[in-house]
Amino acid sequence: MSVPLLSMTGISKHFGATCALEDVSLEVQAGEVKALIGENGAGKSTLMKILSGAVRPDAGKMDILGTAYRPAKPQDARDNGVAMIYQELNLAPDLSAEDNIMLGQEARSGVLLKRSEQRPRVLKALELLGHPELKPEQPVHRLSVGAQQLVEIARALVMDAKLIVFDEPTSSLTRRDVEHLFGVIRKLKQSGIGIIYISHFLEEVREVCSRFTVLRDGRSVGSGELEDATESDIVSLMVGRKVSELFPSVPHTPGEPILSLESLSGVRLPRGVSLELRRGEILGVAGLVGAGRTELLRSIFGLDPIAEGTVTVAGTSPRNTPAAMISAGLGFVSEDRKAEGLAQVRSITDNVTYSRLEPYSRFGMLNLRRRRKNVSHWMEKLRVKARSSEQMVTELSGGNQQKVAIARVLHQQADVLLLDEPTRGIDVGTKAEIYRLMGEAAAEGKAIVFVSSYITELLEVCDRVAVMARGRVREIRARDDWSEESVLQCAIGVDESTS
Amino acid sequence: MKSSTADRPALATAQRLLGSALGPFLGLIFVVLLFSTADYYHSRSEGTDTSFASVATAQKIMRDSSKVGVAALGMTIIIIAGGIDLSAGAAMALCATVTAWFFREQFSLPVAISAGLLTGCGVGFLNGALISLLRVVPFIITLGTMTIFLGTGLVLSGSSPIDAHDIAPDWLIDLQAPYPYPEWLLVSSGVWTMLILAALVALLLKYTVFGRHAFALGSNESTARLCGINVTWLRITVYTISGFFVGVAGLFQFTMLNGEGDPTAGTGVELQVIAAVVIGGGSLSGGRGSVWGTLSGAMIMAAIPHGCVTLDIGSAWQKVIVGIIIVAAVTLDQIRQRRLTT
Repeated sequence: MSVPLLSMTGISKHFGATCALEDVSLEVQAGEVKALIGENGAGKSTLMKILSGAVRPDAGKMDILGTAYRPAKPQDARDNGVAMIYQELNLAPDLSAEDNIMLGQEARSGVLLKRSEQRPRVLKALELLGHPELKPEQPVHRLSVGAQQLVEIARALVMDAKLIVFDEPTSSLTRRDVEHLFGVIRKLKQSGIGIIYISHFLEEVREVCSRFTVLRDGRSVGSGELEDATESDIVSLMVGRKVSELFPSVPHTPGEPILSLESLSGVRLPRGVSLELRRGEILGVAGLVGAGRTELLRSIFGLDPIAEGTVTVAGTSPRNTPAAMISAGLGFVSEDRKAEGLAQVRSITDNVTYSRLEPYSRFGMLNLRRRRKNVSHWMEKLRVKARSSEQMVTELSGGNQQKVAIARVLHQQADVLLLDEPTRGIDVGTKAEIYRLMGEAAAEGKAIVFVSSYITELLEVCDRVAVMARGRVREIRARDDWSEESVLQCAIGVDESTS
Repeated sequence: MKSSTADRPALATAQRLLGSALGPFLGLIFVVLLFSTADYYHSRSEGTDTSFASVATAQKIMRDSSKVGVAALGMTIIIIAGGIDLSAGAAMALCATVTAWFFREQFSLPVAISAGLLTGCGVGFLNGALISLLRVVPFIITLGTMTIFLGTGLVLSGSSPIDAHDIAPDWLIDLQAPYPYPEWLLVSSGVWTMLILAALVALLLKYTVFGRHAFALGSNESTARLCGINVTWLRITVYTISGFFVGVAGLFQFTMLNGEGDPTAGTGVELQVIAAVVIGGGSLSGGRGSVWGTLSGAMIMAAIPHGCVTLDIGSAWQKVIVGIIIVAAVTLDQIRQRRLTT
């Protein structure tokens, strides 16, 4: 075999007493898409930080095309043709696409920008990415998430990257943008660029990657051809034990109706949504980004104003405010843990109890000891991994943060749980735990609305699935009457009869 | 929405203009028309001549806006880069005091003026360096340096203003003359200074790498760092350049007080400066701001007292009105921005 584009051998890294990486090796050929798989905390991000020069390894060596590569700062990685595309996009929203692409590598004469020289390079990169929405002069905050991501890829292309690392690139993309991204990745591969593709979604990995490496607890535990490995082979490598099933099912049966919507319309979205939800039922909501799924949940919960229609909870119609909805028995988990769902710099205890402090307060004074004890109970029940209940939420991994958010609505004793993308950006093991929690909650007679962009999980976990498009519910069917294709067609707005 | 503006670049450009500079400018025109109309009916009922809608008023409003306007040019860069400078007022007074001191101590004219301007750059550099190296938010650092600069000025002047009126040349004092001298200038030389500097800052922001980096810093600092921009030096440069404008504003203050260096004269001016930027469409969360918007903002702030005087509104009520205008301007801007982005 020819000299690999990148070879990392024997990489080790310790942070104090904890060992983040131990003797990890990774090799990428030019024109190869390599999958890097592992649960959260397996060491993927540390390994990539070492590759990008943000962290220095304790031991091991790296070579790019046979030459030693020892990056000391992010600029060194760029100079060596290594580009990173992170899960959280790194763009300046107020600058135009062109300015973002050229940021830090501007064509200049003296102190002046040379736009005439920049423009053709930018256009050439954008042409390869082929997205109609992308114009160099367009401010980035006006672009969709999918197009914004392409701006980052264009930045890598303009700097003549040899190796591009994609870290969970599809977690906030719509299905269509994902397809487009995969097309782009294939083009990059053909032009001889090496790619490291990090993802939790094994279906996705299979679609674009040819070879894989699995990390677990800071070690490389396996690698090989994706063709030769079954899904459960890879998952058991990831979690280190046999996973009997990815989707644990807890038997539950729907009971009496608890939530009903009568032609509910928001200011813009949703539009005239009517549906009924029973106790002990999990209702999935599928749809593309912008279909109005989040807006539906927000309108129900009183976060967005209602233009028309009614929300009835257990026979009463509460006022349209979150406070009234909480006392009526609704609980809401936001899709955006960072900005909205959790108070990031407050403790787990605070976050779990914010929506129900009454049990611990007397004349406005809080009984902190009792509160902490109760929260510890919930942490145990949900298996939240943390040093203590007083740890700040921002220090927890994504999966554990999500558990804290769910613990809040459970602690609140909500009867109806509105969950917006509860499994986004968390690892397979934690996902399975969350499905189990949802099943248990349903078995206890709670009703759940489960919004997700991951159709597979909806079809596994839910009793019924509603598909939304342009603010309306196009169709609700029992889970067994849907297939992934029919959900997708319905979401895109293609009627099966006409297609 | 997204696609409609992307398809029509002309419309997108028009919207962007409306979103940045044109909005505050229309606001200025609105305020002027409002006062002119009110003045017309007011003087008819009193039986006096109208006085607001005149060349003389326009000249005075522009003169009055020039000190705050020049300082606001620097503040615009800082706010675009995601910072704030609460020490601008005190720093301005310190620069004026330094200039007066150099005059009093019989230094030559170029030395005295350069000393004031360099003091401005120096205090800006200090602010930038402290923010970058101590990693404390700009609000707190400049809150501290505000008092430091005020105190330094008092130490230098021995706690009473330094009078250099007889030593400073006439042309310097004329920078802030209410009416242009010589008359063919149309507006005071100070106003011309402000306009020329404004054009330079507009070019700096639009056509230089520094300008792009300043926007990037205010828009998303971690992105700027990730793209290999030296954020520490960038921030120090931003504050140093801004300090130069504080120095020029200090010179204006010196001439406005008829050649006197008063270290306490800048108290509260920083808030007017920040208000001018914000009325002009600058975003305190960084990434947005425009030079022409800022100038319109400064002129709106200068027009209100004049209008109130012609309408016999007392200075106490003037302050209430200025406050209302600030809140209204920013609210309008927010509404417009929301409409543009969704």
